[in-house]
Amino acid sequence: MEVGIVSYGAYVPRYRIKPEEIGRIWGVDGKSMGKGLMINQKSVPSPDEDVVTIATEAARYMMDRVPEVDPKDIGAIYIGSESHPYAVKPTSTIVAEAIGATPAMTAADMEFACKAGTAGIQACMGLVGAGMVRYGVAIGSDTSQGAPGDALEYSASAGGAAYLIGSENIIARINKTLSFTTDTPDFWRREGQPYPLHGGRFTGEPAYFRHITSAAKMMLDAMGTKPEDYKHAVFHQPNGKFPTRVAAMLGFTPEQIQYGLLTPEIGNTYSGAVPLGLANVLDHAEPGDRIFVTSYGSGAGSDAFDITVTDAIKDYKRDNAPVLERILENPVYVDYGTYAKFKGKIVMPE
Amino acid sequence: MSSVAREWREIPGRYNLVGTKCTNCGRIFFPARTFCPDCRRASIGKIEPYALARTGTVYSFSVIHEAPDCNNMQKPYAVAMVETDDGVMIEGQLVDVDLEKIEIGMPVRAVLRKLDADGKAGVIHYGYKFVPQ
Repeated sequence: MEVGIVSYGAYVPRYRIKPEEIGRIWGVDGKSMGKGLMINQKSVPSPDEDVVTIATEAARYMMDRVPEVDPKDIGAIYIGSESHPYAVKPTSTIVAEAIGATPAMTAADMEFACKAGTAGIQACMGLVGAGMVRYGVAIGSDTSQGAPGDALEYSASAGGAAYLIGSENIIARINKTLSFTTDTPDFWRREGQPYPLHGGRFTGEPAYFRHITSAAKMMLDAMGTKPEDYKHAVFHQPNGKFPTRVAAMLGFTPEQIQYGLLTPEIGNTYSGAVPLGLANVLDHAEPGDRIFVTSYGSGAGSDAFDITVTDAIKDYKRDNAPVLERILENPVYVDYGTYAKFKGKIVMPE
Repeated sequence: MSSVAREWREIPGRYNLVGTKCTNCGRIFFPARTFCPDCRRASIGKIEPYALARTGTVYSFSVIHEAPDCNNMQKPYAVAMVETDDGVMIEGQLVDVDLEKIEIGMPVRAVLRKLDADGKAGVIHYGYKFVPQ
């Protein structure tokens, strides 16, 4: 049975902050920091936005593009995030209710640092492929946290994308998926802690680069393909620098990653990062385009996908919801004080 | 702390603008009513759930400077009377909008946002607000 993407939707909050503004507060040359990370600005959620509202907006856009799909035919919803609003109480049930998919369905929240969204896509592929559900929804959504003054504060942002996985009228066939997973403690957040910690430079070679290159090479070997066989590539993007470097290491060109690399303009949306990059690729995709995708989640693992865009994308009602380029238009820039207020970093009376 | 059960009962209206419709006369109610004041006894058994259109236009609006605690982080902010495409008037906060650019007749769309939370440990309440289309 062919399994793939039936529809997708993406959402990024409207507010932005620039690295130089963050650096101004902490006595750091933010401009150089941004240049080093290849981050020009990052998205900031407004005080009334969280993983639930971002996931809902993306999921509603996803459903708007397939008016022929009855939400009651969705049999599973998985939402990946490292910033679920509740420690106990699923994000996925709220979003399921908001798109009218309840109650004959299963739902669960996922957590795997930045790759929980792609893990959800894999889970849905399994359920659809096994004939257990007609459609599955996988969403990566985050309002990620960086400790004040930490390097992460320059990148941790907010956004998400939703995917309707099925076997009918697929606009992009997922030819294969595989993963590379080890116990590598490069980034973590303990229960009850407000900010994650990370291993500094340890997050590079033994973590991000090892897992992405391993999963990517396993995929190229399994499919018997070379980087030049793909029109587009999307790699996890904690900053702009890492995906650019890993693409070059694997033999992908800057042109292949141009649509799939959004972090320089919106920051690291964690679980939303690869799903958003893929959404921007699909916004520009044409029938026959082959897409190479590799996510990365600290802790650590990478999910690779080999995807082919089908002829069905020609009749797909993409214009029923805004494409990412339109969503990212007209940002509102905030200063650090507003950012601190929006992110709840100011201690308020109870 | 608000009643969890009461908030839970509000979910269809708050998430998906589900009200009711009198199938006897066609009148739409939001929030939901179980009885039509026009048809009275004739409406018994004829009231059905009805999801309003999530799109509409600003009928009137006001900018709030003295906010309740739940909106302290967003003041000043706008609230609007929105006439949905079904012709039903509902009220809600207008967000992601430049206050000086709000106009009567402006097309808006309902989105899901956080309305309030019962402190740091209680339930989070989600519901509709409006953004420019």
